Order: sequence, then structure tokens, then C-alpha cells
Amino acid sequence: MTEVTPSLGAGAPRASPTRPLATLPRPRSVVTDLAIHPLTLRLLTALLLFGGWEYAGRLPVSPAFPGFIETMGAVAEMMADGSLPQALLVTLEPLALGLAISAFLGIAVGVGMGLSRTTEWLLAPPFIIMQAAPLAALIPLLVFAYGIGLTAKVLVVCIMAMPVIVLNSYGAIRQTPASLVEMGRSFLGSRQAIIVKIMLPSASPVIFAGLRLGSAAAFIGAILAELLITPTGIGDLITYNQAIAEYPKMYAAIFSVIVLSVLFIEGLGRIEAMIFRREGRTA
Amino acid sequence: MTAMATRERASTDDAPIIEARAVSKIYDGGTEALNDITLDFPRGKMTTLLGPSGCGKTTLLKIIAGLIPATSGEVRVSGRPVTGPGPDRAFVFQDFALMPWASVLRNVAFGLELRGVDQAQREAVARRYIGEVGLAGFEDRHPHELSGGMRQRVGLARALAVDADVLLMDEPFSSVDEQTRRKFQEDMLRLLSVEKKTVVFVTHSIEEAVYLSDRIVLLSRRPSRVSEIIEPDIQRGDDPDAIRRHPAYLDTVESIWQGLKRYLD
Amino acid sequence: MKMWGYRVPMMASLVVWIALWEIVGQAGAALVLPPFSSVLVRVAEIVPTPSFLTALAITGQAYVLGTVISIVVGVPLGVLMGRSVVADRLLLPWVNIFLSAPLSALVPVIMVLFGFGNTTIVLTVILFAVWIIMLDARAGVRGISRSLVEMARSYGATPWQAFSKIYLWAALPEILAGIRLGCIRAVKGVIIGQLLVSIVGFGRLFEIYSSNFLMEHFWALVLTLFAFAFVIAEGLGYLERRVEYYAASRN
Repeated sequence: MTEVTPSLGAGAPRASPTRPLATLPRPRSVVTDLAIHPLTLRLLTALLLFGGWEYAGRLPVSPAFPGFIETMGAVAEMMADGSLPQALLVTLEPLALGLAISAFLGIAVGVGMGLSRTTEWLLAPPFIIMQAAPLAALIPLLVFAYGIGLTAKVLVVCIMAMPVIVLNSYGAIRQTPASLVEMGRSFLGSRQAIIVKIMLPSASPVIFAGLRLGSAAAFIGAILAELLITPTGIGDLITYNQAIAEYPKMYAAIFSVIVLSVLFIEGLGRIEAMIFRREGRTA
Repeated sequence: MTAMATRERASTDDAPIIEARAVSKIYDGGTEALNDITLDFPRGKMTTLLGPSGCGKTTLLKIIAGLIPATSGEVRVSGRPVTGPGPDRAFVFQDFALMPWASVLRNVAFGLELRGVDQAQREAVARRYIGEVGLAGFEDRHPHELSGGMRQRVGLARALAVDADVLLMDEPFSSVDEQTRRKFQEDMLRLLSVEKKTVVFVTHSIEEAVYLSDRIVLLSRRPSRVSEIIEPDIQRGDDPDAIRRHPAYLDTVESIWQGLKRYLD
Repeated sequence: MKMWGYRVPMMASLVVWIALWEIVGQAGAALVLPPFSSVLVRVAEIVPTPSFLTALAITGQAYVLGTVISIVVGVPLGVLMGRSVVADRLLLPWVNIFLSAPLSALVPVIMVLFGFGNTTIVLTVILFAVWIIMLDARAGVRGISRSLVEMARSYGATPWQAFSKIYLWAALPEILAGIRLGCIRAVKGVIIGQLLVSIVGFGRLFEIYSSNFLMEHFWALVLTLFAFAFVIAEGLGYLERRVEYYAASRN
């Protein structure tokens, strides 16, 4: 099955980790406890990664590789002069538009596929193919048909984000527990009531997870659109600074967009947890 | 058994409320689940369908509920043929079928919600039945916060709340542990003496069947036929524990067991 | 879905889509969409050509190398994460970050560091594929039921026996699922890498075709590529289904 399989929600860590196996009981001291505390380890890895980055930057391997500190300096500089926030906003425009359209259309189509066998028959194969296929290959085509403006970029975001949203919504509806539907029928629920009161609420966690995956794909699409079509926003900062060999600024731009996307998707995850925690369900 | 005669009988008190006539069920793919079942279910009594696993007792129950159609034959409830689910029958599910996103209150009120009863009224009814099944105080909890036994009480309360004539229960206690199960059986007896409903109960536990029912229908292995009908001669007085030591109870259990043993591999 | 009483397989709806494509193409309704039949003809035409075969070799090579490295690195790391709390806490945040980060943003960095050649492409493939392989391998190991572990120990299995005879198989459905998803992402990675580098392989061909408005060639390439991706996905899906029979009852 494609990335829809809920039990293997690609990219979604399980809400409550179980204890992993094979850890034998060991005498624990305060120092050990502190050392393996999640926060310590997170700081440690951050230190390692950024420290390694800084170290690698100082190696005389390539002039094109600024260290961590240098890059952070460039970030601060670009934040101060406004170029970074502005670029992020420009990039956000096709992203937000494309994501909104994909979410709206994608959920509608997915739910439609879940409810109607004919729609499923007609639409499932194209979307399954789209999920597996490298849709980025179609970008030059979109440029051809729609030029280099906002439309093309929004469309790029859409083709990247829609398949996973559609397939998740479709799978979620199809996997409504049969006994819940039967229960609805036994209490004389109309078809509409069963869809609205049973199927949609039952499907929400997986649909939400699909939105999260779709957002990640949307970010990739937005960046690709800028790198391949016309550079604006962050893509512009990246290519421009690359062209004039201002590597700290180039890396700063990349760093900031990655942080943005991680925060956005993490934020979605938090909202998801908040909504569904009360019910004891997580995707 | 003409239609005329059946309708005449339906108006008298001891007329069967449910009549199954020559009911057969063959699933797509050829599995013959039921073979020519003809049965009556007396009003106000609890009848249990008992038999080995896979013998079609749940199938028959769902046909009576109107959830699946019979391949041939007919079922009438209060004289009217069954063509689908109806307000005169309420179903209690083996796996509880609770909506995890809804509170206990909403789950219990759900049958009424689907009928368009307004919120204040249905919540009042729901609260009453939540109290009756012993879950007072849990109205705002969600199913994941409840034990298996408590979840089934919610399912039961929901079925009671719609005030149907007939309660159809599909192995309702099979997903809970033994102690809870026993408690349930005792509570069931008490509840039914108050509620005065007709109950059709499916179980594979002989003791449960004899403990609870007025009438036990033994179904043979698939394709099911009615093998035997037993009416245990047990006085259900005030002491629920006494029943389990009653000689009639023990004898009935034993004789049913001997009869069913033949069907085991 | 049933038509006139006969069960029609799902993929048959593609026939409808292809027919639609043909009609639209023949009518000349969309400039960028030539009729399906002529695209098909082009496929037969360009596949044997040297430029296509070279592109295929370059792309295929980068893909296979990148995917193999991703599996060889990803599965053991994922298993490690599943077994060791420390490794898990060290690595999991990063795996999650890289799974949701727009990896295409990192490709320019790789390009800048490693040039415009094959190394960049291979690294892009690894960047796209390795995280999901790690995550699913970890999930497979963490999902091994405690009773299986206790069973292994109570029957005196050596660590190697336990791993090769029990744990590997118990975790296999998830590991395979991760590999399948990783292979799919690797295809996207190799194409995105080549589009951004656009000097080698299929990326170059796409560039040439689109800038010269050779729409039939373009679609022929797209079709070939998509078919390839689909075959990989289904092939691995088949493998996955072979072990699926025990996946549900591992407890």
C-alpha cells in the first residue's frame, strides 16, 4: 500500500513510545540519569551537529562551506535588514495558496472516493500512480503551460501535496470500522447521518496526518518551484548568493526555510495532538 | 401457518413477538450459514441462541435486526415483516461499537440523536439509563478511559435508551473478563425484571445461557438447523448466587454440554 | 466496481483516462498534451536511442547506488534506534526533522560542495530515502512483541540466533515497508536532483525536450519514468504482501 497505511504513518512518530527491548536493567546513578535525559541528548546532538558543522567549515576543504557560526551570523544579518523575513513571506504565498487548495480539494476528492465506488474506481489509479511517481518531472511542463508566475508555482505545490492528502482521506473513510457503520444503521441512521456523524469523525485523525504529510510535500514543491522556475523569495536568496559566492548567506537562507517548515509541521502535529488527545486517538 | 392465523395470534399477549419462518442464509461465495430455521420468540422473555462457534447464531440475530437480508424465508416482528432495521429492535454489539470521539453521554444518546430527538430531551433520557446501568458520574468520559466492562454498559444503555420492544444482544459479555461477566449477568437479570423487554441473546457459553434465559435454542453446526429447544425450569428469585447452585441449573448445563460435545472436533 | 454486472478491476479505469488523453490530444485542445498514441510511438522510438540509454544508465546507476547505500545505512541505524534508548533519543529528532524538511532546499548545498556530477545525485537520493527507511526499521524493531523476546531467551537462543531467526522476521514487514517507501522517495530524489543539476541523465533530457518544445518526447520520457516508478512500487509491494500473511498476527 502507499503511504496511506496508517500503521506505518510515514513521517509520523508514534505518540507514546513504548520501552524498547533489550535494555537490561543497569545500576543508575544521578549522573547517568542526567546524561541520558531526552533534553540533554537533544542538546547534545544539536551541539554535535552544529559543532561538527562549525569544525567542517574551518577545514580548508572548500571555500564554499561556511561554518555554523558564520551562517548564524548571516541569518542574524539578513533578519535585521529584513531581507530574510521578506523572502520567507514571498515564498509563503504560493505555498499557503497551494496548500489551502490541496487541502480543500484533496479532502473532498478523497472523501468522495471513500464514499463512492465509482469515484474510487475512476480516481484511485491516477492518484496511486502520482503518489509513487516523481511528479517534479512535470514542473518544466507546468512552466510551459502557465508561464513563470504565481499560477505555475501554486500548481507545483498542488501536484506535490494533493496525492498524499487524497489517498489519506480516501483510506481513512474506507477504513471506518464496519461495526460503527452497522451500529449507525441499526439505530436507523440515514446515509447522510452516518457519513457526517460516524465516518467523518472516525476518519479525522488520518486525514489530519495526511495534511501534515501534504504540508511537507508542499514545502518541497514551493522550494523546487523557486529553484526551477523563477527564483523569488527564498529561492532567489539561495541562487543569488550562490552566484555571487556569498555562501554564508546562501546557507542562512536554506537553514531558515528548513527551520520554518519544521516549525510549521511540528505546529500541525501539536494541534493534531490537542484535538485528538481528549478522545484518546492519535493517527 | 397462514398469514391470517399469525396476525390473529399477534394480538394476544402470549403470541410470539418474533417469528422466523424457513429462514436460510447463504453468503456470497457459497457459505451456507443458516438452513431453514423456523422459530418463535415469546414476548417479554429472554431467548438465547446457543451453539458452537460459527454456527450462524449471530447471522440469525442480524437477520432479525434487519442488518443483513435473509436469502430465503421471512422474519416478522409484531406481525410486520422485517425489511431493515426498525425502532422496535435495538442491537447490542459484541465489540461495543462505541464512537471513540464522543463522550459516554453522547454515545448513549446516539440512537435518539439519529431519530432527531432534541438535545435536552435525549440527554435527559441518556442520563437516566446511564444511571441504570451503573455508570452515573461517567457521562463526560470518553470510551478510551473506560474498561471493557464499562464500555459494554454504555452499549447496553444506548440500546435501552431508544425504548425498543426487542433487545438483540450479540455475545455482549464475551469481550470482558470472567468476574466482570458474572457481575454483568446478575445485573442483567435485575435490569430485565425491571425493563420488561423481549431479549434475544447470542452466546456460546452454556452457563450464561442457562443462568439468564427463559428459553434456550440450540443451533447445530453450520449449516445451522434448530437442534433443540430447552426451557430451564429455574426459579429466579432474589438471590442471584443461588441460581448457580440450583440442581435444575446444574443438570441443564450438563445435559446441554453432553449434547453439544458431539459437535466439537 | 461493477459494470453491467461484471466486476471491473480497478486499474481498468486507466483505460478511461488514456482514452481521454487520446481525445484531448487529437483535438489539439491542450498545446502541451499530444495524443497518447503519438506519445506511445515516441516511447518506442526513443527508448533504443543512445542518448536515452546513456541517460538511463546514469540515472539508474545513481539511483541504485543511492538506494543501496540508504538501505545498508538506514536499516542498521533504524534497528539500533529501536533497541537503544540513547541512540533513539540522539537520532529520532533529526530523523523527524529531515522527514518533514524540504529536502530540495538542501540540494543546492550539496551541489555547491560536491559539484555538478554524479556524487551530488547519489547524495540527493540518499538524502531523500534514508530517513523513512530508518524510521520504519525502528518501528519494526520496537514492535517486536515482548513474548517473542522472552520465548527466544527461554529456549536458550544465542543473540545471533535470536536476531536471525526471530527478530529479523518479526520486524520484516515494517522494514520492507520502509524500504519500499524509501525506494519511491529515491526515485523522486534522483529526478529532483537531476532537474536541479540538469546536466546529467534524465534531468538533462527533460531540459532539452521542454526547451525545444518536443512535447511528445517529453511525455514519452515522463511515461517511461512513471511506469518505472510504478513498477518498483508494485514490485516491492508484492514482496511486502508475501510477508503480510503473518504481519497481523505477530502477537
